[in-house]
Amino acid sequence: MALASDPPKDGFRLSMLIYDTRFRSITIQIVVLLLFLAGLVWLLHNAYVNLEAKGKDFDFHFLWTRAGYDLAQTLIPYSNDDTHFRALIEGLLNTLLVSVLGCILATVLGTVIGVLRLSHNWLVARIMTVYVETFRNIPLLLWILLMGTILAETRPVPKDFRVTEAMKAAGEEPKASMWLFDSIAVTNRGTNVPAPVFDNSLGVVDIGWNLPVSLNALAVIAVMAASFWGWRRFMARAKAVQETTGRRPVTWWPSLLILFAPIIALLYALGFHLDYPKITKFDFTGGFQMLHSFTALLIALTLYTAAFIAEIVRAGIQAISKGQSEAAYALGLRPGRTMSLVILPQALRVIVPPLISQFLNLTKNSSLAIAVSYMDLRGTLGGITLNQTGRELECMLLMMLIYLTISLTISSLMNIYNKSIKLKER
Amino acid sequence: MKKSVFFGTVALVALVAGAASASTLDDVKARGQLICGVNPGLTGFGAPDANGNYQGFDVAACKAVAAAVLGDPMKVQYKALTGETRFTALASGEVDMLARNSTWTFGRDTELALDFVAVNYYDGQGFMVNKSLGVSSAKELDGATVCVQTGTTTEMNLADYFKSNNMTYTPVNIADDAEGQQKFLAGACDSYTTDASGLAASRATMPNAADIVILPEIISKEPLALAVRHGDNNWGDIVRWSFYALVAAEEYGITKANLEEVAASTQNPEIRRLLGLEGDMGKKIGLDNDFAKRAIMASGNYGEIFEANIGASTSIGLARGLNAQWTQGGLMYAPPFR
Repeated sequence: MALASDPPKDGFRLSMLIYDTRFRSITIQIVVLLLFLAGLVWLLHNAYVNLEAKGKDFDFHFLWTRAGYDLAQTLIPYSNDDTHFRALIEGLLNTLLVSVLGCILATVLGTVIGVLRLSHNWLVARIMTVYVETFRNIPLLLWILLMGTILAETRPVPKDFRVTEAMKAAGEEPKASMWLFDSIAVTNRGTNVPAPVFDNSLGVVDIGWNLPVSLNALAVIAVMAASFWGWRRFMARAKAVQETTGRRPVTWWPSLLILFAPIIALLYALGFHLDYPKITKFDFTGGFQMLHSFTALLIALTLYTAAFIAEIVRAGIQAISKGQSEAAYALGLRPGRTMSLVILPQALRVIVPPLISQFLNLTKNSSLAIAVSYMDLRGTLGGITLNQTGRELECMLLMMLIYLTISLTISSLMNIYNKSIKLKER
Repeated sequence: MKKSVFFGTVALVALVAGAASASTLDDVKARGQLICGVNPGLTGFGAPDANGNYQGFDVAACKAVAAAVLGDPMKVQYKALTGETRFTALASGEVDMLARNSTWTFGRDTELALDFVAVNYYDGQGFMVNKSLGVSSAKELDGATVCVQTGTTTEMNLADYFKSNNMTYTPVNIADDAEGQQKFLAGACDSYTTDASGLAASRATMPNAADIVILPEIISKEPLALAVRHGDNNWGDIVRWSFYALVAAEEYGITKANLEEVAASTQNPEIRRLLGLEGDMGKKIGLDNDFAKRAIMASGNYGEIFEANIGASTSIGLARGLNAQWTQGGLMYAPPFR
């Protein structure tokens, strides 16, 4: 503000807006702002006029009308009598499910591959190079289609698992058999695994919005948490005893007792057993079925993103000066511990920022789900709902807003994490 | 940032919508080409042949309109549209008309702001299963996995049918017919549901066609109609009457082969009006008086088109059924050319 103390001798002239450095930047900004606003008004007006010409209005009431279509995978209860909004939520949850699992798996796999790529074992390092180059240089859509095709075409159809009386009499084996003592069946439609069942079930409570919560699950979680907390207390006490008396009490059997006895007792009381999948007329029923549409998408997203994450991890490790590992070796740390105690914690600072954008990519890429018939947000809101109601503008804007919100949330969470591992400067 | 994304979309929609504002007839004439939205691959109705040229029952409707408007049935650009994209493509002006097995419903006619100008095939939804499943009625499909094209009326009918019969099913939402056939053949679904005509067309292309049965239940009414954008009534009239010219031609026994002969000899005033020998029908819709003649010359009358693409002599082998002339007990009934 030192300039303000030296006012120009002449009065204000219009040309000063351009030639005087004190005003020029403001002038430019105002002009840009005006142009931007004018463009905006024109676009909005154009959209309005064209909607008017088509006799279409702009409102979101369609979200509260009956959806009328069914979905294969639903995380919360849903029927075709529910609203389009409920279908939107189903799609959103499916998107979040595949994205969250994908991010976790891709991070684990990517870290392993990134570290192995730096291995001194020539073969291992080369195999990892081939993996990275293959997966990241072929479009994701092709991987998704490939995974879907592999699962659908190589696995037997459900009826191949069936054993009929005639086959028993002839001593024939069915064309396909289940795995792990007849408990898991992988057909060309999905993976069927046993599901937990409680004979003396505590029931479910509806917490509103038709969202049931299983009291059995809550009880199991509560008991396990309590056991874990009790075990931590017990170990702390053992440590205290050791420090005061110099003698460590026996901990192995009380630990096992504290950790496992309550949960086993609870499960026994609830009448816990497993419900095995059984082949019926069309498909396996009973147990829990994970559809291949989900599996294929998850595998493809994981493998594809892991290739990128591996490179980020490798870059992070290589960014750490060689002196660090040499110093660790000099202290007598073995290579594995050097990596986990010295190198990786420092490398994380380099790794996390680009990792955020990989997580965002994975989440956004999950919208390719329709390729394997997985009903995510784009499949419900941006697919069937859009098509049945004809509300293109509304659905698209809403979908963009939701994806934006998801991305910004992931981004801010990861930024918080990034801050916590950042070099503490004092 | 939120704002910029929002306005980006508005801009995009606004630009796309802006393209559709002029009169469709003028657009088509200026372009010298009709852009017709068709099925990406449904044998008999709309699918590219071995040379990559689109052929089929629906495609013939595009050709008739192109012949009527531009004088040449070949001046058509075909846009393959999935069930999900077709109406957006039409509404945004990407195509001039839709001849793509699209069911005429109240919602589409009003909410989607489309005009269904004429039904070219009366259909109903059916189910297809493999014989080895031992299913002889759709009522036995409780618990089945069903492939259904997303963004279609069949999706909603399916939900309604299973609900009203107290049955459950697992839907597999697929994007187009080709994917549906592939999933069905791979056994990823027990049953494939779509319009009965579509099932017949699909079955014709399957290697094990003899092992596949189409169940007897028809669970819905599916009047498949030609569609145009709402609001351009003159263009709607052109498409409607170009199509009805084909239907009327069959009724009066005018074929591609005898067209010139009939035109030279006929004394029937209705036929004379239809062929533009009397009155000026064509002028009233912005074309010339020969428009119907050219439409019929494109691929013959309605019956000829039916027989050539999906009729009993083809691999699809559909009977005329509801699609026979009203004089033969069917529903094909052209309003008078007067």
